[in-house]
Parts: sequence; structure tokens; C-alpha cells
Amino acid sequence: MITYAKAATKLRSGAHIGTKTSISSIMGKVMLAITPATIFGLFCFGWPAIFLFIVTLSSALFFEACCLKLAGRPVKSTLFDGSALLTAWLLAMTLPPFAPWWIGVVGSGFAIILGKQVYGGLGQNLFNPAMLARVALLISFPIEMTTWANVSPLFFPGSPDIMESWRITFSSIVPDGITGATTLGYIKTEFSQNRLLSDILKDYSAVANFFGWTRGSLGETSGILLAGGGLWLMQQKIITWHIPVSLLGTVFILASVFHVIDDSHYVSPFLHLNSGAMLCVAFFIATDYVTSPNTPAGQLVFGTGCGLLIFVIRTWGAYPEGAGFAVLLMNAATPLIDYYIKPRIYGRDRHGKPLEINK
Amino acid sequence: MLRTLFAKPRLRGGVHAEERKSATENAPVITRFPLPKKLYIPLQQHVGKPAEPMIKVGDTVLKGQLLAYSQGMISAPVHAPSSGLIVDVNDYPAPHPSALPIRTIVLETDGKDEWLAVPTVEDPFLLPPEEISLRVGAAGIVGLGGATFPTAVKLNMGRENQVQTLIINGAECEPYLTCDDRLMQERAAAIIDGVRLMLHGMGTASAVVAIEDNKNHAYTAMYTAALPYAQIKVIQIPTRYPMGWDRQLIRYVTGKEIPVGARSSELGVTIHNVGTAYAVHKAIRYGQPLVNRIVTVSGGAVGQPMNVEVPLGTLISELFSFCQVNMDKTARIIMGGPMMGDALPHSTLPVVKGTSGVLALTQDELRDKQEQPCIRCASCVTVCPAGLRPLDMANNIRINQLDTAVDLGLKDCISCGCCSYICPSNIPLVQYFKFASGEVMARQQAQHKSEQTKKLMDARNARLEKVARLQAEEERERLAAKAERERRLAAEAAAEAEAEENA
Repeated sequence: MITYAKAATKLRSGAHIGTKTSISSIMGKVMLAITPATIFGLFCFGWPAIFLFIVTLSSALFFEACCLKLAGRPVKSTLFDGSALLTAWLLAMTLPPFAPWWIGVVGSGFAIILGKQVYGGLGQNLFNPAMLARVALLISFPIEMTTWANVSPLFFPGSPDIMESWRITFSSIVPDGITGATTLGYIKTEFSQNRLLSDILKDYSAVANFFGWTRGSLGETSGILLAGGGLWLMQQKIITWHIPVSLLGTVFILASVFHVIDDSHYVSPFLHLNSGAMLCVAFFIATDYVTSPNTPAGQLVFGTGCGLLIFVIRTWGAYPEGAGFAVLLMNAATPLIDYYIKPRIYGRDRHGKPLEINK
Repeated sequence: MLRTLFAKPRLRGGVHAEERKSATENAPVITRFPLPKKLYIPLQQHVGKPAEPMIKVGDTVLKGQLLAYSQGMISAPVHAPSSGLIVDVNDYPAPHPSALPIRTIVLETDGKDEWLAVPTVEDPFLLPPEEISLRVGAAGIVGLGGATFPTAVKLNMGRENQVQTLIINGAECEPYLTCDDRLMQERAAAIIDGVRLMLHGMGTASAVVAIEDNKNHAYTAMYTAALPYAQIKVIQIPTRYPMGWDRQLIRYVTGKEIPVGARSSELGVTIHNVGTAYAVHKAIRYGQPLVNRIVTVSGGAVGQPMNVEVPLGTLISELFSFCQVNMDKTARIIMGGPMMGDALPHSTLPVVKGTSGVLALTQDELRDKQEQPCIRCASCVTVCPAGLRPLDMANNIRINQLDTAVDLGLKDCISCGCCSYICPSNIPLVQYFKFASGEVMARQQAQHKSEQTKKLMDARNARLEKVARLQAEEERERLAAKAERERRLAAEAAAEAEAEENA
């Protein structure tokens, strides 16, 4: 009889080797991609923005830890996979920089508890948690969510100092005269007073908007930094071109058509694309793996749908910023898109029947 | 231009895995492997029925002598890998993850390694094509790429379907493995001769040898060897796992997609591995059956990684000690490549016809981390060469919806491992699919069995009922007859009494 060497090995099917990519490395790269725009935003809006950012992120981690504990899942390993942090980070980027601290806490609570954990945690949610939270905040607290601070960079004369900033964030004492409307919001209001577009846009500076020297959400003002981050993510193969290109392309085409038909009522397509919020959604929100379709064709449909809805809501809807609603609506359509648009199996036709034999 | 744009994609899915071939691709094949004292030759080293032994314990055999003959249509014979004494024909562990017992011939070698004298043919091209497949079949040749389908059966199918193209698979797309690469570099002329013999055996006009473009030396050698023969074309193909999947390679080379359930020969294409072509050359030119093969021994725990030509039946443990494998560092033993290969429970298992490589991998090389939730990144959908959606299949299997998984294409999965390889959440998708396939089969068998039982039960009930009915009828008839008899007796008695009275 032969003797056996030690039963060395764990029996498992292939592949026995794998890539180095992990959930945390993917989340880490996305965070890295939004870091420039975030740092720029934090600089532009100073201490209040920094306080809000910290509050939002840390409360998200707190809620995530509580939920994991309640669900009896391992807290340590899951908490730092980066997903909760990224969700809160994206949410913080879309908040008005001078919003009170509880906006960040409530937003994180919405995003983590109702947006993600009630569905069963990472990978199970139907809607993008950050957008769900943002829309919930916008509907529940319209005033806080539409009070936009002027650009008031750190250490600049006239910017709120650290004590003043503390009061802005934690006591909601916002000094007069340092807030206003965003470009899109401004256009919407002025339209209602029957002013002409050319008149309204007298003060609009494409360059300031492009670089981000303008009123807006905490991390969504700088189009160029967001687009750069997004392109880097594509180069890193974390996201593919399908959703951003179809989304931006649809908005561009629709805006061009309407702008050509009536340029006194419909803003130029470049103004649309030059909005940081639009780029942020196209590159970082709509491309969320969990809530977007699985196939390239499905992603094109998804991106086109998002673009269409964004344009419709921005142009004719009650809210100047339609991106959140558009993404949520298309999130709801994702299972349907995945049901109808699927890859063809090798050797079968689209309906799953074996192919005909032809020599 | 438009046609190329709208043409069906020639390559779908796949991954570019880290190749890790450098340890073995530059050194010649070692042919001086010391002859093992004992060889363990399983009777089933191929797809199909196991071979039937025709020797008994105590027989002495010569190298190349037939030990067990093939049974049935799809089977292959087994020959003695060396000369010596048959010491046992019994059950030994199979080179399979289960290591379940399989019928095995044990040969104690005498060290002479003496060949059985076989007459060879002058010019095999004068033989009728049928004779080529007969000889290939008799030599026990099976697909050496790992599929181990009997080659003669494939040659016959090719001839019967009048196949126009023979593709020779030199892709060797699995990481670590370089046995085909070295074979092509060192024995190109013999392989090309084998290809010509196969063409003759199938009556096929032309052959295409496809080699991945990471094997430039092999390509040059094969290209040069094929130059005199216009009917053999040698081409380079992109390096992309699983390029060596026969259906992927056929689509890439010919543009034809094999329908599910059909064989490639029905579409006029047959595919064979380079190693098989080499074995055909040996069998037809020298009358040597398949008794040894080149095996890549590699991995982080191997002190001397190499390609080595060993007799079939050599224990992996002996191979490992020859290559100085550090068993303490070995976290997993794999037969085949790291993508599709099988993990073996221990190394006391023999090398068989389909063993292209044996790997001793360290923990660092493996990916053995904690499984995390699926984030629907759809990488698995992108890399699946079969066009499946592994994430949806796995989700359904997890909640025991196996029928849904089958509807999603579970049976079209080729277990290539691309999805498991790419998954950022370390989900062992192929493990799920293999489990589910086994489970579906077991359920079908169980269902079949219960249906059979029910049928038998029904038949029994019907039989019992019939018996009861017949008995009841008999009883009734008997009672009726008895009543009749009594009636008649009574009537007779009455008549008698009346007659008496009258009298």
C-alpha cells in the first residue's frame, strides 16, 4: 500500500489565481478621482464646508457601524471597505457648503440606513444611496438645501474665520450677503419674471464656471477637476465610457436642438455641460456599479435615459437641478433594462435557441 | 469597411492573466527523468468508457505493450509505459479532486525500458485514411490539451463530415504552462508531420496552426517547419485567455460559431492540440503508442521548475521530489493550469494522459481571500467568453433557484474561470456553477428514480388489483356454482319426493 503525503491543499474550483483588484481598491480609486474637486471645493468655501464634510463622513461611518452591528455582520472588515465612506463623500459633495451640521447627519442617515442597509447592505440597494439622500433632503429641507454660499476661500479677507464658520455650521447663523443662487437656479427664477436669456446671462462667466469659481455645491463647482477625475477613472478601467458619453451626449444633443430652435429660452448646450453637477453625475453617480445596468448596451440605454430626464427636468421641471431625480428614476428602471438587454450566449440566438447549422 | 464593423466579434470576453511562464519557457524539456520503480496506470485516462485489462498480475510486459483494450465506441486503450512486471490490478486513488478509487494497473519497472518490437510502415501516406485513424486509436491517443477525447473518434468524425479545415491548437493560454510551447520549439518538424498525417487521415485539404503571440520562438520554429507544405498555415493569435477554448479559437480563425449541441465537424472544422499531433507522428511513424508526455512542473514552491518528459503513471510526488518542491510552502497542488485545473488533495497520484502540468502554488500566488458581497461591477459579464451573466447565476444559486440558473445558461458555462479570476469580491463563481450543475444532475436523477419507483408501484398495484379481481370473480363463480348445485340438488330432491308421493 502506498502512503499519502500530507493532505496539503484546500479543494476548490478554479480559477486558483486572481486579480489584485478588490472592493476597497475600487472604492479607493473613485475617492482619489474625486479628491481634487473636493479639495478645491473645500478651499473655495472654507471652514464651514470642511466642518460639514467631516460631519457627513463620520456620521455615515457611525450609521454603517450601527447597522452592521444590528445585522450581526463583521463590523471592522466591512466598515472600512470604503463603500460607506464613498457614499457619504459623494453626498457631501452635493450639499450646499454652508448647510447646517444636521443636514449632513440626516443625509448620511438616509443614505446609509434607508438607501443601503435596509436592502441588505452593499450591492443590494436599488437606488443610488447618495442621490436618494440628496433628493430626500431637497424635498424635506428646501431652504437649507438651496442656500448657496458665495465663493469665500480659506484665509481670504472677507471669508468667515474659524469661529464664524463654527457658528455657520453648528448654530446655523449665516451672515447676510454671503449667499445667492446658482447659475441654473438664477436662470429659472429670472425666467419666471419674463426676462430674456441674453439679459439673464450677462454676468455668467463660462471660464469661472469651468474652473469652479462660482456658487454651487460643496464639491461640484469645478467642471474641469471632475471631468479630469472621471477620465482618469476611465483610464484606470474602473468605469467605462458608455454611461458618461451617452448621458452627456444626450443632454448636448437635446440642448443643441432646442437652443437652435429658440435661443432666447433655451440655454446653450455648453452651459449645460459646463455645470459641475452634470459632470459629477455623469462620471461618479450614474456609473455606480450597484445601481446601473450590467451590459454595455444596457448602460447606453441607462445613460441616454438619464440625459433625457436631466434635460427635461432642468428645462421644464420645478427644480433647477434635475440630476438626482433623473438618476433615481433610471435606477428604478435598471432591473428592467437588465432583464431585456443581455448578452447573447455563445452558440445561441438572442432568444436562447441554438443557432442553425450552416456550413 | 461596414462589413468589418458589423461582423460578429471574433473574440469575446476573456482576461489577460499574469502569464508566469518565464520560469519554464526558456529551458529545454528534461528527458532524463529517472525511471520510477513503480508506475500507477489508471484504466480511465480519457473521456468515455474505461479500458478493460487484458493482462494479469505476474505478467511481464514490454514498453508499449497493450495492457488494457478500449471498450465501446468512445474509449481508448492503455499501454505499458515501460518494461517490467505487473504487480497489481486494483483500485487506487484517481488524479481528481476527490481522489476516489479508480481501477489501476501497477507496473514494477525492470529498469531496461525495453520497447516492444513493432513493424513500421515505409510511407504512411500510402495507407488508406481509415488505417490512420485505426492506428491512432490503437495507440491510445487522446486529446492532450486536457480534454482527453479519443483522437481516433474525432478523426473519423472529421472524415465522415468531409471537414475542410483542421485547426491545430497551440494557444496554450493557461498561465504557468509551457509544455506545448517547448514542444513546438523543440519538435516542430515532428508536429508538422503529425499534422500532415492527420490531414491524410481525415481527407482534409488544409490546416491552420494557431499560436498565441506571446510565443515567438515557437511560432518561428513552427513557421519554418511548415514552410515546405503549402497546405499548412501557421498563424499568430492574440494572447488572451481562454483563447485555447476550442470554440473561441474556431470562431477567431474561421469566423464560424458552433451552435449549442452541435459538433465543430458538422460545420466543417476539427480542432486538435499540438501535443496530439506530436503523438500521432510517434504512433504512425514509429509505431509507438502514447506512453509518456511532457509535463510542466511550476509554481512558487518548486525549487527547479521545468518541463519534463515522464512515463504515464509516474506519481506526482516523485515528480515533485525531482523538481525539488518544498511541500511546506505548498498551499495547493493543481493538476493542469491555475485557471481550469483541479486542486489535488495530495501528491500520491499518477500523471495521466491529460496532465499538461502540475503546479505547487504558495499561499501568495493563490487568491484565497474572504468572500465579500457582490457589488454588481459586471466584470464577470464583460469577461465571460460564453456570454453569460455569472453574477445573476450565482445569486440564483445562492438562494437555491437552480432552475432559474439553468434558464440563465448554467449549462453553457465552460468553467474557464475568467469570472472567478476577475471578481473583486473574491466570489468563487465557478465553484457555485460546478456545485449547481452537480446538484441539478443529482436532482434529475432523483426525479428519474422517483418516477421509476412510482411506475413500478403503479404496476404492482395494478397487478394486485387484477389478482384480487380475478380471485373475487373466481369466488363469485364458485359461489354461483355452489348455489346452482344446491338448487339442482334441492330440485332433484323435490322431484324425487314428488315421484315417491306419486308412486
